[in-house]
Amino acid sequence: MSKDVANKNIKLARTLLLVAVAMFGFGYALVPLYDVLCEWKWIERDRPDDIKKVPEVAYQIDRNREVTVEFMTTLNESTPMKFRAEKKQLKVHPGEYYTVNFYAENKTDNAMVARAIPSFSPAVISSYFEKIECFCFSEQTFKAKEAKIMPMRFVINPALPEQYKTITLSYTFFDNTEKSVKK
Amino acid sequence: MKKTKQLSAGLTLMAFGLGTAQAEYTLNLMKGVTKVSNDIYDLHMLILWICVFIGIGVFGTMFYSIYHHRKSRGHKAAQFHENTTVEIMWTIIPTLILIGMAIPATKAMIELDDVQESDMTIQITGKQWYWDYKYLGNDIQFESHLDEASEKVHRTAGANPHSVPHYLLNVDKPLVIPVNKKIRFVLTSADVIHSWWVPDLGWKKDANPGFINEAWTSVDKAGTYRGQCTELCGRDHGFMPIVVIAMEQPEYDAWVEKTLAQQKQKPDLSDQSSGDLMAHGESVYLKNCVACHQIDGAGIPGLVPALTGSAIATGKWESLDGFLRAGTAKMPSFAKLNAKEFAELMTYVRNNLGNKVGDTLQPKQTALPDDDD
Amino acid sequence: MSAVVAEHDHHDHGPAKGLLRWIITTNHKDIGTLYLLFALAMFFVGGAMAMVIRAELFEPGLQFVDPAFFNSMTTMHALVMVFGAVMPAFVGLANWMIPMMIGAPDMALPRMNNMSFWLLVAGVLLLASTLLMEGGAPASGWTLYPPLVLQTGKALPFAIFSVHLLGISSIMGAINIIATIFNMRAPAMTLMKMPMFVWTWLITAFLLIAIMPVFAGAVTMLLTDKFFQTSFFDAAGGGDPVLYQHIFWFFGHPEVYVMILPTFGVASTIIPVFARKPLFGYSSMVYATAAIAFLSFIVWAHHMFTVGMPIAGELYFMYATMLIAIPTGVKVFNWTATMWKGSMTFETPMLFSIAFVVLFTMGGFTGLMMAIAPVDFQYHDTYFIVAHFHYTLVPASIFILMAAGYFWLPKWTGHMYNEKIGQLHFWLSAISVNILFFPQHFLGLAGMPRRIPDYAIQFADWNMISSIGGFIFGASQLLFLYIVVDTIRGGTGEKVTAEVWEDASKHSLEWTLSSPPPYHSFTTPPTSIPTEHI
Repeated sequence: MSKDVANKNIKLARTLLLVAVAMFGFGYALVPLYDVLCEWKWIERDRPDDIKKVPEVAYQIDRNREVTVEFMTTLNESTPMKFRAEKKQLKVHPGEYYTVNFYAENKTDNAMVARAIPSFSPAVISSYFEKIECFCFSEQTFKAKEAKIMPMRFVINPALPEQYKTITLSYTFFDNTEKSVKK
Repeated sequence: MKKTKQLSAGLTLMAFGLGTAQAEYTLNLMKGVTKVSNDIYDLHMLILWICVFIGIGVFGTMFYSIYHHRKSRGHKAAQFHENTTVEIMWTIIPTLILIGMAIPATKAMIELDDVQESDMTIQITGKQWYWDYKYLGNDIQFESHLDEASEKVHRTAGANPHSVPHYLLNVDKPLVIPVNKKIRFVLTSADVIHSWWVPDLGWKKDANPGFINEAWTSVDKAGTYRGQCTELCGRDHGFMPIVVIAMEQPEYDAWVEKTLAQQKQKPDLSDQSSGDLMAHGESVYLKNCVACHQIDGAGIPGLVPALTGSAIATGKWESLDGFLRAGTAKMPSFAKLNAKEFAELMTYVRNNLGNKVGDTLQPKQTALPDDDD
Repeated sequence: MSAVVAEHDHHDHGPAKGLLRWIITTNHKDIGTLYLLFALAMFFVGGAMAMVIRAELFEPGLQFVDPAFFNSMTTMHALVMVFGAVMPAFVGLANWMIPMMIGAPDMALPRMNNMSFWLLVAGVLLLASTLLMEGGAPASGWTLYPPLVLQTGKALPFAIFSVHLLGISSIMGAINIIATIFNMRAPAMTLMKMPMFVWTWLITAFLLIAIMPVFAGAVTMLLTDKFFQTSFFDAAGGGDPVLYQHIFWFFGHPEVYVMILPTFGVASTIIPVFARKPLFGYSSMVYATAAIAFLSFIVWAHHMFTVGMPIAGELYFMYATMLIAIPTGVKVFNWTATMWKGSMTFETPMLFSIAFVVLFTMGGFTGLMMAIAPVDFQYHDTYFIVAHFHYTLVPASIFILMAAGYFWLPKWTGHMYNEKIGQLHFWLSAISVNILFFPQHFLGLAGMPRRIPDYAIQFADWNMISSIGGFIFGASQLLFLYIVVDTIRGGTGEKVTAEVWEDASKHSLEWTLSSPPPYHSFTTPPTSIPTEHI
């Protein structure tokens, strides 16, 4: 192999190696890219971090429309808690503010850090479901055997497309005690 | 003999093509019992026949060529190596066929996606390794485990699966739904990803932890429909079946009433004989413990501790009770069990699986003051 | 990098002596041989795992293995076959054939070549060692989906590290192949004169560089999720397990084409030789390969139709996937047209190639069926998909690797293989592979999920037939092992010419070299390029 070709080979190999390293970075770039695609409702659903606190503003209440909101509660990995919505279903008018109480209880003798992850079905709802107050905005800490009533205040934006008549909001409580200790 | 007959019948059917298949030999997709499943079946058959047709064309040409254009028959090779017209044709024609397929496929997809205007909603939660159903309209909620007969047979070496009716496709508590009602399912998981599939309903949907998915069905015909988890979810993935019973509305209403009444009933805390305690305890064990601790209590070396001779299992029952309720980092809490189940389970574990503590625990002993829900 | 390449100007024309030759070799033929033999060994290791699976599924009930071990077997079978057998076998073929086909003396980066082989061995051994670890080998399927994969015992970090090694090895191999094709061609060998095998590998190598790092990234995220409190895929920390599936299949779909594109290349090389005709539509073959490679990047979520995507996503991925049928169809039509009006003979390589065209097309048909999203709601994760991808891997990739073995063994060794045993091997394989996989279509349609160690009674008959087919197929492959050993040791004793196959030298450059070829392939670039393949 002539020196000339050898040099060309090394140069090309370097370039290709850079491409490979860039693709490794691209793998990580897919994470924020995924959020963007989710935002567009293209490939995925709402992400927990999308669900932010919004200020209370006055909407025109649409008395002629009724939307059934269902509340679903799940405990991940049999987290030793009690967790339920005080109402499982609520008929609401878009534009009107409602408060629903959730009951959560730590059944263990130790303090617990838990986080409730919300999810909507159908996924597009997340852009119309505005929360003013929610226990899902941050991690919740429970003392041993502590029980809490946690209010969630929300409004459905009247811009919600007509076809949606039943929507579901799910909360899954994850026990993050161990993770928060490690952090 | 019967098996050989079935086999030869199956092979003959195979030779005649899939279209003539009988349900008994299950060579083809089932039509199912919903409009969607029927539409999907039709779409399946349409595409299957298109493929068969194209296949006959391509393979026919190839085999004609293999037979006639062989050197041993003295065929001299032609030297052509391109033909623009032909190449354009065999690009455009498949494109048109694909467009023809895409139209009905899009229609079916839109139909499947339309979950609105439903009559009721059922929450399905996948867990390792059973399903949990919650009816959002009323307060019905129950777990649905593999039935005891299948559970025992698949865990016992040398047991005969043929002796169990609906082996691995039967559950202790089936999901009950009314016919001709649009039922919306909301699916999630409490641990890993599962997938809920009943072929007769025409679809499967993943249950993802922390997120919900929705799907719907409207069953045309009363009956029992069986399915399985279809996303690998660990060791006992093959052992979490689904049974759906579709009932006429009046029967369904009666079922709801009965189930609600049963749910409201407080567990019977009266004393039981030690034989009853153990027999019931075995059922509780098979549902809740066997997946990890195994049928003989030996556990899994290196992963799951044995119950046989375990200090916790055979020590003071009060500490065992506390242990089960609290759970550990590796074992979930079983606080969901009631006092009766605790008494039965502990009596069983302490006097079976190679253990001989010799005590019997009665439900009254294990009842907690706040055991109200 | 420079250390890897520098000073390759040694002028000895023979290999080093003894065992050391194989460890330190930088010769493309030696490394090619190592890759091929390693792949063959792994084919039997992965095959043994498949036999365990089929034995357990022979009858309903659990007979031989624990369900957790069964899951490890399905996982390891896939990983070993994909990363240990099929991919290395094609890299081995590339090492042997590309320099000879383009008129080069050796690969462009010989030392890196050696390193990538030994990294592969290290990676596979590390992966195999997880079988002995506490908690067993990974049992979450080769897709390694979280959160399930995070429940793996001690093996998890080792499995992930082995994926890293395998990825680095593949990337280095791919870089080498691209550099060889771009810089080492004989001056007369223009890009559009290159044999199809070289073209398909060039495109494959770019795919590898694009996707292996993404997979490495995905498994690294798994690692940090498990051990360093990140939450890429953990809903509890604001992540999403489905994100992993998107990243995985962004890698995974092109990955399956990594295993099939070189297959196309070998088929396009063998069929014209035995049809005694030029390949039909050379340039459309090149463009179709490029089109398939491009499409492979934009269709990934068709592996996830049931995961819960909005309808826009479902429809987009369905349409995009259906498009793949067009360039794939072009290829099948071209092979048929190549045979048309030829003067065909049916030696073992041709038999395997014809079986490839037919059976791969069947795998293509079921692929098209599964592209239809609403119908996939029924097919997904059943034995129907198991049948589909095995049709595109076993009687396609594996058959073509066999064909390549028979086709080039005489060139590599200078000895002729035993045609009778070769034909026997073919017929046994071709028949048993269909007994093995065809019934799995029925099982899937009838409702049998994949990755289950035990099943309902109604699935018993077809599982038994499938297992019988599997055992025959497995046993038949021992014939191939025999033939390889026998041919290396002298074969039929018949002296083979440089050309081996009638007029082969009109098709490609390797047939102008002696059989076996000299240690350094083309020390002076050839001046005339055979063009029969174009």
